[in-house]
Amino acid sequence: MRITVKLFATLRSGRFYTETREFSPGITIGEVIKELGIPEKEVTLIFVNGRHADTHDTLTDGDTIGFFPPVGGG
Amino acid sequence: MDKILRINMGAEGGPKVTVAPFGDYAGLGGRGLTSAVVSKEVPPDCHPLSDANKLVIAPGLLSGTAGSMTGRISMGCKSPLTGGIKESNAGGQPSQVLARLGYGAIMLEGKPEGDDLYKIFINKDGIRITTDNSLRMLGNYDTVEKMKKEFGDKIACISIGPAGEMKLNAASVACTDAELRPTRHAGRGGVGAVMGSKGVKVIVLDDTGVSMRQPKDPDKFREANKVFTEGLRKHGVTGEALPAYGTNVLTNILNEAGGYPTYNFKEGRFIGASKISGETEAALETERGGVPTHACHRGCVIRCSGIYNDKDGHYLTKQPEYETVWAHGGHCGIDDMDKIAMMDFLDDDIGLDTIEMGVAIGVAMEAGLLKFGDADGAINLIKEVGKGTPLGRIIGSGAAITGRVFGVERVPVVKGQAMPAYDPRAIQGIGVTYATTPMGADHTAGYAIATNILRVGGFVDPLKPEGQIDLSRNLQIATAAIDSTGMCLFIAFAIMDQPETFQAMLDLINTFYGLSFTGDDVVDLGKKVLKMERDFNMRAGFTKEQDRLPPFFKTQPVPPHNVTFQVKDEDLDKVFNW
Repeated sequence: MRITVKLFATLRSGRFYTETREFSPGITIGEVIKELGIPEKEVTLIFVNGRHADTHDTLTDGDTIGFFPPVGGG
Repeated sequence: MDKILRINMGAEGGPKVTVAPFGDYAGLGGRGLTSAVVSKEVPPDCHPLSDANKLVIAPGLLSGTAGSMTGRISMGCKSPLTGGIKESNAGGQPSQVLARLGYGAIMLEGKPEGDDLYKIFINKDGIRITTDNSLRMLGNYDTVEKMKKEFGDKIACISIGPAGEMKLNAASVACTDAELRPTRHAGRGGVGAVMGSKGVKVIVLDDTGVSMRQPKDPDKFREANKVFTEGLRKHGVTGEALPAYGTNVLTNILNEAGGYPTYNFKEGRFIGASKISGETEAALETERGGVPTHACHRGCVIRCSGIYNDKDGHYLTKQPEYETVWAHGGHCGIDDMDKIAMMDFLDDDIGLDTIEMGVAIGVAMEAGLLKFGDADGAINLIKEVGKGTPLGRIIGSGAAITGRVFGVERVPVVKGQAMPAYDPRAIQGIGVTYATTPMGADHTAGYAIATNILRVGGFVDPLKPEGQIDLSRNLQIATAAIDSTGMCLFIAFAIMDQPETFQAMLDLINTFYGLSFTGDDVVDLGKKVLKMERDFNMRAGFTKEQDRLPPFFKTQPVPPHNVTFQVKDEDLDKVFNW
């Protein structure tokens, strides 16, 4: 299945901004993070289709997922 | 910092200075002090531009000390924009300098008869007030340049631009940063108009020959400051994200969350967001020889600001903040970072609140006065404000008035003050704060984004009404207390997640003053401040009907989540039941 992955802030360093990739059906977010080679502790915020998600959630075909390190402002 | 300086600008024979001890206000600082004075001494039914109003400028309890992050200053008055009490908060150097000179507050009172402009110079030897009509209608940058020529470069300035002189509702008060640039503003609520009504163009502060305020227990204070600073450095938000990208790191995340107000609160995502994101902005600053990491005042360890150069590598403005980039960017459908930076410079120079201006321009776009995305048109509108043309004065009076003049239904204001950069339908906790804070729509008054979006201090689902009342209440209480210390609100990211950093903040206060403040005392202080503010507003005629969002937030769903604001009115009325 095809998943669009977006990386933000420091997670982009040495990686990419946004890419659509093939993943095995039923993959969890935690497994995606592993496949991308991102240390899991660097990811504190995960959005799937604009909603907060957790590493144990599974993805479905066509999902857009966004990963953020700790961020803040205001 | 043991005295209060009152300047009666309307005294017979010219401004009269009185310096007195704190008296009834002992133990108060920052917002706690400004709100205490306004609620006690300003008649709630007075006209905000009349002689009865007061502009109270107060450093926080820890300003002027060696404590990190203590350079915030509070400016309080009855707001010409909202008609209620106002505390507008700014960074820059003046807080530290004023506190070191020994003043817990400057109060501008009364109103001069004529239209002379005054400058006020304060140093260790005293206070000198002189008329200076050569400053008339000068921008903040030129005003500060003239002050440098006259008083040297070891000064800090508090000034107004043409907008303040014209007493426009969106007028700010500028504070200079460490490089003497007038870039840190008490933006909200028209505090610049009140300073203008007092005839004061600039206050120049010089702390030459005075030293830092000394703690009761210097060793323990130093130790507490070390733990506090380490706590800020090790937290991901205050130690990494804010220094590297600044506040504008939020653009991408709010856009991703579908809570980034776009085209005047019509949509929750902006197609041009990545072009004006913090990541893009920081890269541009580095590429052009600017700086992506810069402190607004000495003693700040977060350093969330930066320097933004133009295409030719010349200074254009300080790093535009998230709120500014949003107001002039996504809200207006503009995705050109250089044009947004130009608007930031113009707002700073003319002395305008960037949020109020951007939102007003977006409302004008909705009315068809200009098209969404018309960056040059938006720049021209700000220049009109600076020139004081009739159109400029309308825009410079803020979003509510602009909406009324041009017949717009969708006007995102509460208590007449423009809403900042978070859609309250997609992030319901911030909607509770917008609706209920005594300040009018203000994100800083109870920053629910932390917990709704950033997962700081736990997590409350932003798309549902459950848990938002408690969240906003607790944040509003904590904020009112932090705003009284002179500390930057951004310490909240670290102290909400790290108990030892919170304790270090308490230790700073306790070792400085010889107190034994606990977490409960902080809560009590916050409640006391909010109670005074709510009480003033009630006496000024506010009822629960003003603690509401504009009706369209309940009836018009915002994409992509297609949600409306679902917190019930009767629940909003419970925010201050504690």
